[in-house]
Amino acid sequence: MPKLSLFTKCVILFAAVWLFLEFFIGGVWSVPLPASVIGMYLGLILVAILVHVSVEDDRFREFLRPIKETLADDKRRTRCTVLFVLVPLVMLVFTFSKVSTKAEAPASVRIAHPAPPDELTYGDKVIGPIQEVENPFRHLEKDDKDAFRAHAENGRRVYYQNCFYCHGDDLDGEGHFAHGLNPLPANFQDPGIIPNFQESFFFWRISKGGPGLPPSATPWDSAMPVWEDYLTEEEIWDVIIFLSEYTGYKPRTFGEAAH
Amino acid sequence: MRSIRNSSKNRLALLFGLLAIYLFLVVVPVAFTQDATDTEYRAFPKIGSRNAAWIAAQLHLLFGSFILGVPMFAVVIEYVGMRTKDKRYDKMAQEFIKLCMGAFSTTALMGGVLVFVLIWCYPKVMNKMTGIFGPTMIFYVFLFFGETFTLYLYSYGWDRMQGKVSKMWHLFLGVLLNVFGTAIMFVSNAWLTYQTSPATMDSRHKPIPLHNEETGEFIGTLWQAVNNFTWMPVNIHRLIGNVAFGGAIVGAYAAFRFLVAKTKEDKAHYDWMGYTGNFIALCGLIPLPFAGYWLGRDIYKFNQTMGINMMGSLFSWLFIIQAVMIGVLFIGANYYLWSGMTRIKGGEVYARLRPYMVGIIVICVAVWMTPRTLIATAGEKAAMGGPNHPLIGYFGLMTAKNTVVNLIILTTFLSFLFYRRSGKTPAVGWRKAGNIIISGIFGLAVAAIVTIGLIGFKVETDFRVEVLTPVQVLIALAVLILVTAIDLIMYRKAMRSSDINWGQMSDRSQYVLILLAITFTSLMGLMGYARSGLRENWHIFGVMPDTSPDAFTPLLADAVNVIAVIIVIFFALVGFIFWIGLWGDKKKAKLANLEAGNAVGDD
Repeated sequence: MPKLSLFTKCVILFAAVWLFLEFFIGGVWSVPLPASVIGMYLGLILVAILVHVSVEDDRFREFLRPIKETLADDKRRTRCTVLFVLVPLVMLVFTFSKVSTKAEAPASVRIAHPAPPDELTYGDKVIGPIQEVENPFRHLEKDDKDAFRAHAENGRRVYYQNCFYCHGDDLDGEGHFAHGLNPLPANFQDPGIIPNFQESFFFWRISKGGPGLPPSATPWDSAMPVWEDYLTEEEIWDVIIFLSEYTGYKPRTFGEAAH
Repeated sequence: MRSIRNSSKNRLALLFGLLAIYLFLVVVPVAFTQDATDTEYRAFPKIGSRNAAWIAAQLHLLFGSFILGVPMFAVVIEYVGMRTKDKRYDKMAQEFIKLCMGAFSTTALMGGVLVFVLIWCYPKVMNKMTGIFGPTMIFYVFLFFGETFTLYLYSYGWDRMQGKVSKMWHLFLGVLLNVFGTAIMFVSNAWLTYQTSPATMDSRHKPIPLHNEETGEFIGTLWQAVNNFTWMPVNIHRLIGNVAFGGAIVGAYAAFRFLVAKTKEDKAHYDWMGYTGNFIALCGLIPLPFAGYWLGRDIYKFNQTMGINMMGSLFSWLFIIQAVMIGVLFIGANYYLWSGMTRIKGGEVYARLRPYMVGIIVICVAVWMTPRTLIATAGEKAAMGGPNHPLIGYFGLMTAKNTVVNLIILTTFLSFLFYRRSGKTPAVGWRKAGNIIISGIFGLAVAAIVTIGLIGFKVETDFRVEVLTPVQVLIALAVLILVTAIDLIMYRKAMRSSDINWGQMSDRSQYVLILLAITFTSLMGLMGYARSGLRENWHIFGVMPDTSPDAFTPLLADAVNVIAVIIVIFFALVGFIFWIGLWGDKKKAKLANLEAGNAVGDD
């Protein structure tokens, strides 16, 4: 078996990484990765390969040798001609696949965590600065455990009467209506959702819904209803307690751990 | 003869310097005599007021960062030269300061331009700011004079102050120059951080507003305005950033000189200078993410909306670009170190470990730059069950990112350790035990950092931010200190199997140095946009609204265009300064040749 050149080894490595991302991670191990992520990771692999082969002059010359031979050596004229036809053709197909019109919405960058307003309101009632407002029933967790449990129970009732159709019976965003929506409902089981925001943030998102998204949070196409039109203030706080109790994730607080 | 040799450079520097002082003297009184006219804004022709202020401020900051960073390491290098009695260090430090001289005048000029633009375009804002910070502006003028004359004395007195005692005085001037420079930065940081976070803090680090909520009237003290919520984090972040940026720019200068050098001696000298520049940039780059983390944490504490805007909303994609650029910096810095090993016989021992190190860094950078919310089509999102992938979605969380950045830092440190060891054999008898201890420290640290990172997914955010992440940082820093100490003792009287063949570097490595400087500059431009843009439509956040036609946050694409223009202008000006340096050296070489010819003639 002939010894593989450094260039061929690099091409094989690159192809292996692509296969790993596209078919192993995206098929066997988990769900498919978006094309943007695969492109980004392949770009990095290309950089890694170029770094490795170009640090030393000898290795770099060895890496470039097949390319130079293909381009300059008369004995490899056939290979050169085939590549000169094949490479632009591949580029053409790739470009066409990227720009051709498809029957689905194009990839979009969405602001998943819109910034809240400075003041928290319920209808026209001003509750207070969003940073300082705390869940009025949170203190019961320490002071009166039975009362706290009652609020969590009430939150469970409110959730399964109103929210679970979209957010799912396991709070994982896999509700009955979820697959008809874009953007998809929030998955509260994700460790990046509940722990990253204060309870007042969730109150704001629930009470104002999709129509209450700030100007920066384009596109404003969330199907989340304005729940302050249907739920009481207490019911919203209770459902927030339920989200936290069910998933085991605590909403964000500031500066408590340091003290 | 000496005066003739230096005259072209000195005259130019003096000319620019005097012009800058003149501008400053003209501008500052104007700033103080502004009355509270009804004119709130005046439009800057063609490009608009915001763009004019943006370009002037960013250019001023880039040059300022350079001239504040360079003296910090120049004085250390001069001290090393004095201690080791190696004249090369002294020459290099002097060369750094010469670059600083050229950039100093341009910094002052840009500062003058910025003040002109602000007074002309934003009279009401300036009136408010001078009303609060007036005394600090007078103090700033004194500091500016102090820095100017200390720099002139430090630079022009270099050759004259070479005696034993006068060298000590010269070093003292260098330290004084840094004191003035740091104080200048701290004062001006107070103004801009106040615009972002006009609040002081209580004992539990909660913000206390400094303005009457109804009237917007300032109700605090000057010190409270200076020592505002984000002042110290920005001070520290910029102080470290200046060192890294200064190192990168002198590294790029050395690379440029290396590429155009005609003689072996010149190549060797500029190779050495490039290595030093990269080393300094790395020294600044390693703690920089930690300082940035502290700043980010305090922004969240000051205002949650601002924090979410920064990391999860308006500016979140900017931070993905930042991650890519930091990846470029670390990969580039490592590439340069690995290239450097090729000029040392014995360095090839460590080359076999390079593919693994490349692998670790690239995997870590991949995690570091994976966004939380992925760019995906509706079909891809439906397949993932949302904008977050069930597997790589975890990479988007801060606990993953903090973990990998610590691993990148440790790997980079390992590269440096291998570079330092190349061509050397330790003379101590316990070298095997020493290597086992060092390997153990690295292994334990990596295990601890990864474990803490995994725990971070499960604990409350506040606990992660306040406890777990600082512990990860402390572990990484402890490794740096401990391993350096052990390695220094191990290799104190090491046998050298080969000298470093300075000058025998590939041109590719020099282009990497230039790339690092450009990346640093781009990064600073991007972060400048983020820091300023976080205020959204406020001149002073929550106190003084921006009611000008520019009261909107520019799109990232538009911002990147402006930043690109700034980078082009900056490098054009820096290139001019480098070219002047080259021009002076050519003249010097000609005169030296002429002198040599005359001497032969006399014989």
